[in-house]
Amino acid sequence: MRQDHLITATQLSRDDIEAVLDRARAVADDPAAYADRHAGRVLALCFFEPSTRTRMSFDSAAKRLGMNTVGMGDVDSSSVSKGESLSDTVRVIEGYADALVLRHPSEGAATLAGERVDVPVVNAGDGAGQHPSQTLLDLHTIREDHGLDDLTIGIMGDLKYGRTVHSLAAALTEFDANQHFISPESLRLPRSVRFDLHETGAQIREHEELEPVLDELDVLYVTRIQKERFPDENEYHRVAGEYRIDAEMLDDAPDDLTVMHPLPRVDEIAPEVDETDHARYFEQAHNGIPVRMALLDTLLENANAAGDEGSEVDR
Amino acid sequence: MSEHELRVSKIRDGTVIDHVEAGQALNVLAILGIDGSEGFGVSVGMNVPSDRLGRKDIVKVEDRELSQSEVDVLSLIAPEATINIVREFEVVEKNRVTRPDSVTGVLSCPNRNCITNAGEPVQTRFDVVTDGVRCDYCATILRADIAEHIDV
Ligand SMILES: [Zn+2]
Repeated sequence: MRQDHLITATQLSRDDIEAVLDRARAVADDPAAYADRHAGRVLALCFFEPSTRTRMSFDSAAKRLGMNTVGMGDVDSSSVSKGESLSDTVRVIEGYADALVLRHPSEGAATLAGERVDVPVVNAGDGAGQHPSQTLLDLHTIREDHGLDDLTIGIMGDLKYGRTVHSLAAALTEFDANQHFISPESLRLPRSVRFDLHETGAQIREHEELEPVLDELDVLYVTRIQKERFPDENEYHRVAGEYRIDAEMLDDAPDDLTVMHPLPRVDEIAPEVDETDHARYFEQAHNGIPVRMALLDTLLENANAAGDEGSEVDR
Repeated sequence: MSEHELRVSKIRDGTVIDHVEAGQALNVLAILGIDGSEGFGVSVGMNVPSDRLGRKDIVKVEDRELSQSEVDVLSLIAPEATINIVREFEVVEKNRVTRPDSVTGVLSCPNRNCITNAGEPVQTRFDVVTDGVRCDYCATILRADIAEHIDV
């Protein structure tokens, strides 16, 4: 990966992705070899939106590389609520840290931050936009089970606002995956994501029901349908119920089907599924550590190389 | 000399934007950031009969020659427009508009949740894509409705 920042999955080539995943595998095989690799460096965790697992995952990954981390504390108590612009905030924080992880409620926030600072920026979620580090750990999980070639995947749930979906779908085009998108009509893929998929000539099909495609799938990627997307609570319960996975449904699924979920789940996957051979969502979350270690390692290495040359690398 | 030729050639120095799609003349001025306060003589013809377009608008700006980048932005709302640079009553240059690769600071993003609508000190930037433009920040695509999002 030659980039300074990781902002969207669309910026990643197949080679970029495989390089990070290879490194993640090496990290997982021998974590001790990476333990002091970035000792003395600081990672800033800029979360303008509540998050526990993504923030902790980056925090843990950084510390396992020997880094320290600094955070913003509670969003409400920070300068954000006093009206400081994101542009100013990241410029200030740039002076405190060697890299910056950003989660923000506005789409495009990470792109803007990347334009304002010289240290590496990782987009950890921008509104309903992108969440590319999640995609890297998703791909790592899929690769360990099935490899990334000749893959048929079903992506189900909130495809409209689901940033993990937008990033994953874009990255999968680099591997020519067959992608099935399963959602209620009102939560179909947004125009911008569909545009990118069509531009790459991706094989995509959209469905309202899982059942007709279930037996073709290698991977079923389930996402949460959020209550706040529906004006009416009864409508939410009706729709959410139709996109719920349980053990009985999976009786008809291929034996080697992998079921994934970016977590947190509410009730879209019944707890009984956890006990089946299909469930992979906890491993998926755990994979966040080696993958984010590999990602931070790569970006810091790029930043060093750029610093040594005394000039900016090509973006 | 026909009525039509008279209209497009009678300024002394400046730019005549001809063959603008009917109804887009004011948007052309908005895109160029011209509202009269600059002191240029500005005249606008609307719904002028045209062989090529049926009806068209014409915009004339005196004492101001448009740059190529300004002209290119016009292609988004007036793809058929012709640009006549006039000096001493003579058309010295006649150009068609060409689509630019990107447009900076002219359009506003229709996505209310876009960072460019969050009070940041940032200019909008759109990539020109097949039959539309696309926000460089949030990736929202704007098609036929471009004119509604011109920042005036
Ligand atoms: Zn936007």
